[in-house]
Amino acid sequence: MTPSLEMPAAPMSTGRLLHAYWTEAKYECIRMLRSPAFAGPFLGLPVLLYLLFGVVLYGDVSRKDPNVALFMFLGFTVFGVLGPGMFGFGISVATEREKGLFALKRALPMPPGASLLAKLAMSMLFVAIIVATMMAAEPLGHLKLAGGKLAALAVVCVLGSAPFAAMGLFVGTWASAKAAPALVNLLYLPMIYLSGFLIPMPKSMEWIERWSPAFHLHQLALDAIGVKVSPNAGWNPWVHVAVLAYITVVLTWLAVRRLARVG
Amino acid sequence: MVGLNTMTSDNHCLAELKGATKRFGAVVALDGLDLDVRQGELLALLGPNGAGKTTAISLMLGLLQPEQGTARLFGQAPLRVEPRRRIGVMMQEVNPAADLRVREQIDLVASYYPNPARTDVVMEMAHITPLARRFYGKLSNGQKRQVQFAMAVCGRPKLLFLDEPTVGMDVQARETMWATLRQLIDDGSSIVLTTHYLEEAEALADRVVVLAKGRVLAAGTVPEMRALVVRTRIRCVSTLAVEQIREWPGVGSVTREGARLDITATNAEAVVRQLLGCDEDLQELDVRRAGLAEAFTELTQEGTK
Repeated sequence: MTPSLEMPAAPMSTGRLLHAYWTEAKYECIRMLRSPAFAGPFLGLPVLLYLLFGVVLYGDVSRKDPNVALFMFLGFTVFGVLGPGMFGFGISVATEREKGLFALKRALPMPPGASLLAKLAMSMLFVAIIVATMMAAEPLGHLKLAGGKLAALAVVCVLGSAPFAAMGLFVGTWASAKAAPALVNLLYLPMIYLSGFLIPMPKSMEWIERWSPAFHLHQLALDAIGVKVSPNAGWNPWVHVAVLAYITVVLTWLAVRRLARVG
Repeated sequence: MVGLNTMTSDNHCLAELKGATKRFGAVVALDGLDLDVRQGELLALLGPNGAGKTTAISLMLGLLQPEQGTARLFGQAPLRVEPRRRIGVMMQEVNPAADLRVREQIDLVASYYPNPARTDVVMEMAHITPLARRFYGKLSNGQKRQVQFAMAVCGRPKLLFLDEPTVGMDVQARETMWATLRQLIDDGSSIVLTTHYLEEAEALADRVVVLAKGRVLAAGTVPEMRALVVRTRIRCVSTLAVEQIREWPGVGSVTREGARLDITATNAEAVVRQLLGCDEDLQELDVRRAGLAEAFTELTQEGTK
């Protein structure tokens, strides 16, 4: 049986291959921007909450205590990093699986991983926009951070969105489209309240936050700014990087394996 | 299996299943199925619901893995991306993103291929140029199928898999698609088509494979399929007992609906002579050669007995 040898093979040039990844990412972003119900809250909420709490309600406290100002700013920035990946992946992967879109793309010669990379690019773009809006609002919160520190924070946030995207992906590959939002919330809400980045945890409960990926992201964000205010601070930053990388790799591996087998 | 020709050499086989078995829980979807798709042909897969048509295609596409046997696409494992760059796919129960415009859908799928056709040309061919800027989610079901067809052909595939392509289309759209499929075959493509519409297979297929319960019941050209079931259909109004006619030589099946008898026979002339001899009051005699529809019904009934 030598059928394939008779016909010219169809080589895919590197240019075409990159174009395929680019096109997939482009349309993923376009689709998300066309869903204002998704894009609006995620893009707007962190900075609006920051303006409400950090500027309007507790602006006076922030002016007197730079640590409070910084805590508010970083807290809402980290809050903004979690959403796009967790909900973007969780809901869209579950929905597209249910609609047969993943099966179609598996049957079509979509380059390996293009769909997931496109979603990752989309959630990173969203995080970049969120971080940019936070930085634009930062002077109102009585902070004056150096450009280099802000750049380091932006890098931490954009790359740091990967583990949350992996968590969303993991849920999306197991849950139905109807169950996905609820299941994502089941991870998302406790993480917001129990990671110590928005609400400081009492001393007796600090052990809980170490189990949260958001805690490790918060620590890296603090490191990027060069301030040690958290009670758990003082760990080598690479420990946090390793934890976040481990979560990303393991959850992605499990999810991709399931997508390939079950779809 | 009532196999017919096996004459073509393997060299022209584009996709094949060998002894493929697939179960879903206790249900055997495919039972050691052998199937090949040859260069330049339109192969129609026919069969009742649950016969295994979609499962067979899913195996050739690498969407499912056979529990036993092998699936090959252009001589390679279907999971590899290289052979899939030479196929186009139109599946059932697939909903492309509702929030992309028609042109964008085609643009996206075309980006997966090394040498796709221009999007304008594809839309022209699928008769969807006026829909270019419409959102996919806003289209009618028939229009969605037309767009999915455009997505299937945009990569200029050597081999097209079309799972029930004309479901939900109006008569005119269906005939337009038939013409397009003939054109694609003339241009050297091969097509695997599953369909419920027998006239679709009769109008298009070079070869028909009838599946039932995950096995090949019969395979051949449309005339061969008809010949395979050389039965003639005899209908008349008569008072003769069904049981009596069933005893006669050459009679396949006999059913009665009110005063009307419906008989299939391999030996029509003798049966008609006997009918007229036994019942002088016999009326409304109608004798016809079985079409593919009857052949198909007969075959699948036998196959599922």
